[in-house]
Amino acid sequence: MSIGRRNFFKVIGVTGASLAFGKTLNAAPKKENDIEFSAILYDSTRCAGCQTCEVTCAEAHGLPAPVDVPKAGVVRKTDEYHRTVVNAIATENGEVYVKRQCMHCNEPACASACLTQALYKTHEGPVIWRERKCMGCRYCMISCPFDSPKCEYDSPNPKIQKCDMCYDRQKEGKLPVCVENCPAEALVFGTRRDLIREAHKRIVENPGQYIDHIYGEHEAGGTGYLYLSGVSFEKLGFNPSIQLKSYPELSKGFLYAVPSVFVLWPAILLGIREATKNNKSNEEGNE
Amino acid sequence: MRKEMSKTDYIISNDNDSSRSTWKFLLSELKPRGKFLTPFNIISIPVMLLAAIILVYRFWKGLGPVTNLTQEVPWGIWKGFNVITGVAFAGGAYVLTFLVYILNLKKYHSIVRITVLNGFLAYVFYAGALILELGRPWKIFNPVIGNSFGTGSVLFLVAWHFLLYIIAQMIEFSPAIAEWLGAKRARKILSGMTVGAVIFGITLSTLHQSGLGAIFLMAKDKIHPLWYNEFIPIQFFVSSIFAGLSLVIFEGSICKNVFSDQISEKSKKAHNGILIGLSKICTVAMFAYFFLQLLVFVHGKHWDLLNTPMGYWFILEMFGFVLLPMLMFFYSYRRNNIFMIKVASVITMIGVIMNRLNISIIGFNWNGALRYVPTWMEVVVSVAVILAQIWIFRWVISRMPVLRESPSWVNENE
Repeated sequence: MSIGRRNFFKVIGVTGASLAFGKTLNAAPKKENDIEFSAILYDSTRCAGCQTCEVTCAEAHGLPAPVDVPKAGVVRKTDEYHRTVVNAIATENGEVYVKRQCMHCNEPACASACLTQALYKTHEGPVIWRERKCMGCRYCMISCPFDSPKCEYDSPNPKIQKCDMCYDRQKEGKLPVCVENCPAEALVFGTRRDLIREAHKRIVENPGQYIDHIYGEHEAGGTGYLYLSGVSFEKLGFNPSIQLKSYPELSKGFLYAVPSVFVLWPAILLGIREATKNNKSNEEGNE
Repeated sequence: MRKEMSKTDYIISNDNDSSRSTWKFLLSELKPRGKFLTPFNIISIPVMLLAAIILVYRFWKGLGPVTNLTQEVPWGIWKGFNVITGVAFAGGAYVLTFLVYILNLKKYHSIVRITVLNGFLAYVFYAGALILELGRPWKIFNPVIGNSFGTGSVLFLVAWHFLLYIIAQMIEFSPAIAEWLGAKRARKILSGMTVGAVIFGITLSTLHQSGLGAIFLMAKDKIHPLWYNEFIPIQFFVSSIFAGLSLVIFEGSICKNVFSDQISEKSKKAHNGILIGLSKICTVAMFAYFFLQLLVFVHGKHWDLLNTPMGYWFILEMFGFVLLPMLMFFYSYRRNNIFMIKVASVITMIGVIMNRLNISIIGFNWNGALRYVPTWMEVVVSVAVILAQIWIFRWVISRMPVLRESPSWVNENE
């Protein structure tokens, strides 16, 4: 393909103009956040502990249906066969329920730990696991502050199981199965920004019903699962010492030091070697 | 300097002269030498065979039936002991190459080769242990080739550094292989690459020894607060210095007995001087380490935790297995007490094992309901990995000029 001089200037001019005016024409503040993270808001005061989410999740992902039911005093945990579980907890407000699954952090520790990008934060928000990349080192399990990734130890070809916010369904424009089937409307799907707004609205409009805290708004640098509750989150079984900074932040200092060491060390070592060469020539006399 | 040719030198040079094929030579070298039914062999062979059976089972049925790993404790002793701890003991290689090739301290030259060999084998076998431990080991090349670079991962850095450092150590050791094969030209080229490999190797070691600690930085809520702090990488780096040197001291005294026929009288005499020098380095490194631990502890404000079982364990580690051997090293180099140096090196090694296990296993998920205790099968495999390493180590030493002096055709001015 050849392009004439005149045409070339025309293209340049149009491109330049569109670059210059681009910002003003698209007035909406769209720079890097072209896509908002999708998220799920879980309202534990609405949850009835019916386990529909558990059953439909197991069905959708080819996992065995749950056999046990939520019971106060028993902590059920997600594992390689259960991507989500609902726990019952006895509190001063009576029995409350809490659904647990992967939190889909904004800056996930698992994805930053993964050396093959098998655990991956998608642009749409869900944190997913990609089978063809994973080598099974389980560093994601070491790093995740919520203990979300689970390993199929009993398989010679183990997978990592965790909630993927039904990423495949989202791409088809469908809701995550748990959200779609929740009869109590305890689960709402939307963009993270909208859901935080909605959560604040609920807190403001029902002052007695909720504690003034959206779990996941700031925890671990912000998560894609947001929780509303009438009792403290510690009572619901959440780690009280969770930090507000993201977890990958913890190893950033080390990783930033690496390039400096890599550049400076060889130079310093070579310098010391040259400086101490006298030792050698004293003994050997040549070279 | 070398007037006598050792017996093997004679065989090798004879080999070349009579132009017997290299393959025949290699085959003959593969055959076991010396007495076969030694106590070491009698114990190690059944253990390694048993481990082989366990490993077949492990790859057939998965990690679950063989190990006690849980969803909360995903790393057991194959990682916590063989990799995280084992690599610390390979640290002697970078410290000694630093002394000999960077500081030009010729005094330590006689033990450089055996230390590099030990380091090289440690990395090969402990990276090998990693393969046994991976859930999907056939994907192990994903971080090396293809489009799966998790560049933000500390483990990615450690994996690459392992790989590159194995190559660097291979180059550092290769002149010994060339001498064994009688390849004079190759030896000249390879020994010319030594300094480059050393500088590259020390840089890599600095980063991945500390990187092994940095792996645990994200597990902030899971590791006992007395062991977790943001200085783990620096602590791991410093402890790898005295861990590696303690192993050099310990191993040196064993080799002196086991391979007594290989070591020249001159080296034997020089050995005590080397031990004194190493114990000085250990003293300083351990002092720095202890002081760092103290500072971190004071700033961490965990005084209340001291009066708990984990607190007693922490105090025991710090005083019994860092401060005590440090004082012993100090005392013994002042008094020329070689025996005490050896005792101190053993205590130091136990201390390093304790520290690494405390971070990776004992203090990990320390308040969880289920504590991880390895199965007997995990222990057998763990031990077998070390035994297999010793087998190869012994095989190399009794064939290549590692402890004994290089063949006479080697030019003195390397």
